[in-house]
Amino acid sequence: MSLYSVNNEITKHKEIMEKNINITLKVWRQAGPKVKGKFETYKLDNISIDSSFLEMLDVLNERLISERKEPIAFDHDCREGICGMCGLYINGHPHGLDSETTTCQLHMRRFKDGDTITVEPWRSTGFPVIKDLIVNRGAFDKIIQAGGYVSVNTGGIPDGNAIPIPKPNAEEAMDAAACIGCGACVAACKNGSAMLFVAAKVSQFALLPQGQVERAARAKAMVSKMDELGFGNCTNTGACEAECPKGISISHIARLNREYLSAKFKD
Amino acid sequence: MAKKQETSQTEAPIIDAKIPKGPLAEKWTSYKAHQKLVNPANKRRLDVIVVGTGLAGASAAASLAELGFNVLNFCIQDSPRRAHSIAAQGGINAAKNYQNDGDSVYRLFYDTIKGGDYRAREANVYRLAEVSNSIIDQCVAQGVPFAREYGGLLDNRSFGGAQVSRTFYARGQTGQQLLLGAYSALSRQVGKGTVKLYARYEMLDVVVIDGRARGIIARNLVTGKTERFSAHAVVVGTGGYGNAFFLSTNAMASNGSAAIQMYKKGAFFANPAFAQIHPTCIPVHGEFQSKLTLMSESLRNDGRIWVPKKKEDAEAIRQGKLKPTDLKDEDRDYFLERRYPAFGNLVPRDVASRASKERCDAGYGVGNTGLAVYLDFEDAIKRLGEDVVRARYGNLFQMYEKIVDDNPYRTPMMIYPAIHYTMGGIWVDYELMTTVQGLFCIGEANFSDHGANRLGASALMQGLADGYFILPYTIQNYLADQIRVPRFSTDLPEFEEAENQISDKIKRIMSIQGKRSVDSIHRELGLVMWDFVGMGRNKEGLVHALERIQEIRKEFWSNVFVPGKAEDLNNELDKALRLADFIEIGELMARDALLREESCGGHFREEYQTEEGEALRNDEDFAFASCWKYNGEGEEPTLFKEMLEYEFIQRQQRNYKA
Repeated sequence: MSLYSVNNEITKHKEIMEKNINITLKVWRQAGPKVKGKFETYKLDNISIDSSFLEMLDVLNERLISERKEPIAFDHDCREGICGMCGLYINGHPHGLDSETTTCQLHMRRFKDGDTITVEPWRSTGFPVIKDLIVNRGAFDKIIQAGGYVSVNTGGIPDGNAIPIPKPNAEEAMDAAACIGCGACVAACKNGSAMLFVAAKVSQFALLPQGQVERAARAKAMVSKMDELGFGNCTNTGACEAECPKGISISHIARLNREYLSAKFKD
Repeated sequence: MAKKQETSQTEAPIIDAKIPKGPLAEKWTSYKAHQKLVNPANKRRLDVIVVGTGLAGASAAASLAELGFNVLNFCIQDSPRRAHSIAAQGGINAAKNYQNDGDSVYRLFYDTIKGGDYRAREANVYRLAEVSNSIIDQCVAQGVPFAREYGGLLDNRSFGGAQVSRTFYARGQTGQQLLLGAYSALSRQVGKGTVKLYARYEMLDVVVIDGRARGIIARNLVTGKTERFSAHAVVVGTGGYGNAFFLSTNAMASNGSAAIQMYKKGAFFANPAFAQIHPTCIPVHGEFQSKLTLMSESLRNDGRIWVPKKKEDAEAIRQGKLKPTDLKDEDRDYFLERRYPAFGNLVPRDVASRASKERCDAGYGVGNTGLAVYLDFEDAIKRLGEDVVRARYGNLFQMYEKIVDDNPYRTPMMIYPAIHYTMGGIWVDYELMTTVQGLFCIGEANFSDHGANRLGASALMQGLADGYFILPYTIQNYLADQIRVPRFSTDLPEFEEAENQISDKIKRIMSIQGKRSVDSIHRELGLVMWDFVGMGRNKEGLVHALERIQEIRKEFWSNVFVPGKAEDLNNELDKALRLADFIEIGELMARDALLREESCGGHFREEYQTEEGEALRNDEDFAFASCWKYNGEGEEPTLFKEMLEYEFIQRQQRNYKA
């Protein structure tokens, strides 16, 4: 069976199921970093509830193109919830209301017929807007460049099994390492703090024997880079954890604080 | 049944891969012992451009900078951490034999050659297996949190095409963790200033001066402006071209443009027809769909694949009158276990994909389209308990539930094959150098290691092998002769000309102002590719595809509409430039598939199959890599052959039955 006929079958199927909804979108449009932005309103009919949020935006963009207008610029890439490229502020929540879900994995079945949906970019001093819904998250790279690594060169490494690691430590390190660097934590924080992002990396290495040598230097370097780049302070509101699409726990922030303080005391 | 046919291409010239002499197991050691090196003081004077920041690109850029070279690294996304390697789920192979189950470098080599249906180069694959163990050591040292046993040692799982457990993993996010490892090594070098990173840049051409690659033209995707960069050598690791099919498991920005640029500058494109169709993807569900999502091959460790035994049951399921859980075991056809008892659900991807397609084509498919089979965890949950299954595959099950809105712990998953990986790519010699001097190609972008089919968990292995342990050696053999060559000015006429050609192309696309969006034309191309250059190919279909692709090319160049300005962040223009190249790739794939009158690996020509429906290879006429040389716009490319002479293993019919 060719894909053409599959599409026809699906269309038939959909008519039977009546699974399509009509929505109104209020989308932030901003032509460039230094231009003033504003909300534009778009009505969208007949959106399949099986489509993802980004596929819904694709449908809107196709319509805008057919009207000879500029489509809405938004970041996205893998559309599998792992690359961390997508990130929209939907109805007041980074990545929308679903817990542990990236924007690309949010599906239209989570919305009702007649809903109005507000879509904004991440808003934070650390992430300036580039265009429409796209922001510059280069600051995250700079924080990692300041110390988010183990300093080993390629080659001359002992056998992988030479360093046994207790399973619970490896698992907790993996929980922290699951961060996708999307920036939802910063967007969710009223202080615009990047603590959860920094904590996830510091915690991963603090839990592993490989990270011990540079443990103190790493915590200090990453925190000071974060401060330098204009991110705010952490006041333990927990908004970051609540909005994190990968469920990174704020217990890692507690560990970061401990790491940072003990490093400072050693100075 | 297949008949031997005369091929008109028997006179094609032969190309030499410069494989070192000597016994297989000593080739790489002997190469390294005799190659030329660059001394530390000279390394500082040499610039290397690395395009791409996936596993191959990031590991190469970091390793070259550690050695002391000046590296310029280009990344299409906003950060190197987002390269599509990140989406690899299941794992990475290595011949550690930690499980004491009989693994060895030779066995990994053998499995990979056999898995690739004897269409890969022996010496490269052996080297890959040889360095696989160092990759695991390297990643552990970087702090990659691999899965561990309770004693603290590294854990393994099984993957398709192997009878040992050699796959290392980090939950269902192995690609993410390995990429973040390479990204951290790269970031360390960026912090030191030894790598200059260009994020949101896309390569638009290679600049060749006196037959050597000396730089690139790249477009800043934020400003839309083109810029010139020079270097002593250029390394390209930009991934595969599966998005020629529009719907694939690749990321949205994954593209084949860098490959086409290299091809047009004289690099040969090898085995373009070899594309992998992955058996376990979430089925197509709507015409608005933008991409397909893979469910990791690791699921086949515990999941069993089946369709109803009776057509009427399949029909009832499609109409929603019957649920899969209503069917008793004896009414289910576990077709992989039935057809391939020795490997069962863990047959290689090409075999599993074809078997699923065969059942669906015969009318046993499920789902509302009939284009799906079940992947069932009922037995695994009974045997291991739901908690163990959740610990192994929890994130995959959650992803499935998000997309399909169905609970895979209760009802079996529905899956169908989708385009996933391209084994074909830019031809490289043993040193990973293309047919253009000083132009290297690594990772999925090259053609070298997987033959006609890649085994699961081998893409991560190859990307990191190329980037960490192979290219940093072989590139020195080239650069050693370049130490007296001063840095190139980007004002040279070759740069001028390349940039002018690009701006002309952009102007041409912007001025078409037609009626169709880029995506609508891309979808049209994708349907042609899937229907005629997909899982089952035949002469008539391929000839038809070539005609259709011509029409699509004409449509694109006369009727595409790109809104906005060229010198701005303009996603539609980015996509249009990529689509223009996907059209070229689609044509090349169809042409290559037409040439190869045999079935091997992922390339299945319906005319060439055994009575049992297995791929029928033809070693007498097609034991070569087909390498295509560009001859200019509108001209037919010339075929060159790299003869795949097997010195060390004997070709056999691939058998996963016994």
